[in-house]
Amino acid sequence: MSKQSPAPPSRAGADEQSSTGVIDPPKDIDKKKLARERDQAKERQKDRLGGLEQKQLIDLYRQMILIRRFEEKAAEVYVAGKIGGFCHLYIGQEAVAVGSISAIRKDDYVLGSYREHGQALAKGMSARSIMAELYGKATGCSKGKGGSMHMFDKELNFLGGHAIVGGQIPLATGTAFASKYQDTDRVTLCFFGEAAVNQGAFHESLNMAQLWKLPCIYICENNQYGMGTSVDRAMSLRDIAQKSCAYEIASEFVDGMDVLAIREATLRAVERGRKEYLPTLLEIRTYRFMGHSMSDPGKYRTRAEIEKYQERDPIKLFAASLIEKHITDEATLEKLDKEVREEVEDAVRFAEESPLPAPEELYTDVYSNPIETGQSRTIR
Amino acid sequence: MGEEVAEYDGAYKVTRGLLHEFGNKRVIDTPITELGFAGLGVGAAMAGLRPIVEFMTFNFSILATDQIINSAAKMLYMSGGQFNIPIVFRGPGGSALQVSSQHSQALESWYAYFPGLKVVMPSTPADAKGLLKSSIRDDDPVIFIEQERMYGLKGEVPDDPDFTIPLGVADIKREGTDCTIVARSLMVPLALEAAAKLQEQGVSCEVIDPRTIRPLDIDTIIESVKKTNRVVLAEESHPICGVNAEISHEIMERAFDYLDAPVKRVSGADVPMPYAKNLEQLAVPDLEKIIAAVREVAYLD
Repeated sequence: MSKQSPAPPSRAGADEQSSTGVIDPPKDIDKKKLARERDQAKERQKDRLGGLEQKQLIDLYRQMILIRRFEEKAAEVYVAGKIGGFCHLYIGQEAVAVGSISAIRKDDYVLGSYREHGQALAKGMSARSIMAELYGKATGCSKGKGGSMHMFDKELNFLGGHAIVGGQIPLATGTAFASKYQDTDRVTLCFFGEAAVNQGAFHESLNMAQLWKLPCIYICENNQYGMGTSVDRAMSLRDIAQKSCAYEIASEFVDGMDVLAIREATLRAVERGRKEYLPTLLEIRTYRFMGHSMSDPGKYRTRAEIEKYQERDPIKLFAASLIEKHITDEATLEKLDKEVREEVEDAVRFAEESPLPAPEELYTDVYSNPIETGQSRTIR
Repeated sequence: MGEEVAEYDGAYKVTRGLLHEFGNKRVIDTPITELGFAGLGVGAAMAGLRPIVEFMTFNFSILATDQIINSAAKMLYMSGGQFNIPIVFRGPGGSALQVSSQHSQALESWYAYFPGLKVVMPSTPADAKGLLKSSIRDDDPVIFIEQERMYGLKGEVPDDPDFTIPLGVADIKREGTDCTIVARSLMVPLALEAAAKLQEQGVSCEVIDPRTIRPLDIDTIIESVKKTNRVVLAEESHPICGVNAEISHEIMERAFDYLDAPVKRVSGADVPMPYAKNLEQLAVPDLEKIIAAVREVAYLD
């Protein structure tokens, strides 16, 4: 843990205006201003570096670059027709999954949305099992029966992968309920986007969590767009952290491009969950560099806006911080990148060579204890 | 867990005494938040608990259907067999007395539609005990639909704390030779009464209660139809896309050559439930309708 007192939670970017969602002609970006803001963010991050050992910091970097390369590869093989259906990429948001999951234990629960490859990797699932699942192969984590939106790993306590917006929020509230019921100090992290905040399930869950004191950490990844709808076209009150007052729930706003800020905010929430069973709402302002999914033409954002956030790429930012503080150097990071690319290539090879599920698998896992009757026997 | 299940002793007193016996850790009053607490139950089941979630009536379960259908029913399959959901969603369904359209719905055919769910409907006190125990011990999501108008029924119930009735097994509630009546829930006592009246008229009816709607014990029904060659299907729910439509198809497909008359359905009226007493009585099948249906398939009139 940090020897100095932790930096106060950053509200960086909280008051920025996001675009109107109307197609604007590309505006000139004030490169100098962007560079200044990026340097300020880097300085804030460098202040946090003292809290962790070199090995841990490099590992955080590795996890982020693994997600980045994995998602880039997923985009590539999707276009090549190897992945069917939907593929929602996490590029740009890596710091959120890595920072927050680094703050929990293996026996803590994680639930996410359909944009969950990043969380799955951060929780420790192998690139192989996720890639094979994307390919719909029998060796995938869900035996090929879930796909991109339904990654699960019981042993690692990664509870999916849910495709209905906000569907995971009551589920996560339930796993937190169970942890407390079973007299453990396990916590649950629940990831969802800012658009999910408009679903009734969000409000119902936060109410119960605070009312009954359930150790659930609600992580809102505010990437400012619900598919093609910007947050100011969808929400009357856009300050999501502020919505916490409706539930008397603890909340924080976090800069989603700073992996260490996220880690620290999560650690505070985890402490609150383990010691007091209280829930927390974290609003983490981030950005996705690719579209909503692979089929998104992306007409609702300007190139200028995307470039603005790419200036604050969480991976580049972290690399710069680590190098400037002499925690590592370019050569080491390049070597890491090469390793990670090889890991992803291996995952693709594994997926390519794996078999499809056997036809009989169509009818397995519908019931845990199937009851044979005349109807169930002959409905095939 | 459910609304008013603890301190109020249950809206229909089904959970009376449970708070006192098991304490407030196990018996929990929820806010009015069906989608939330249904999902909470499913999540808790993923983490190893075996929740029983009460809907004050199944009409309110409609708010929770996203979690019942998209989470509970599908979790095992889409996780490749990793997470089963041993949850019971229970409560009264179907008509009550003059509670109007939003409080009178019979939704079993809705839930029976989904692979991954099991749907159970008791019609006697003993069946209620045996089936509920089996449902709780079952490792999959069970939709357990009781009937408010039957809560007052009295009957012999075995004392054995391990008395269970297996799911997927129909019950022949009355044996007969001339016509099969398949009835569930509210229609079972009515069918038995109709059978008694018909006996006086010289018609011997066999009354079958499926008890489990999904998976359905169609074999027992087919055995009966092969014997009697005529069948009437009674339900209080709407006819269109209902459970009896499903049973009718199964009978047609499996026992076509054994039928001496087309399969006859007696269902609730295809209207939202009205409030006025006389209109409500017209909307729910009564004794006369069942008797008339049997006489029709027997070509007696």
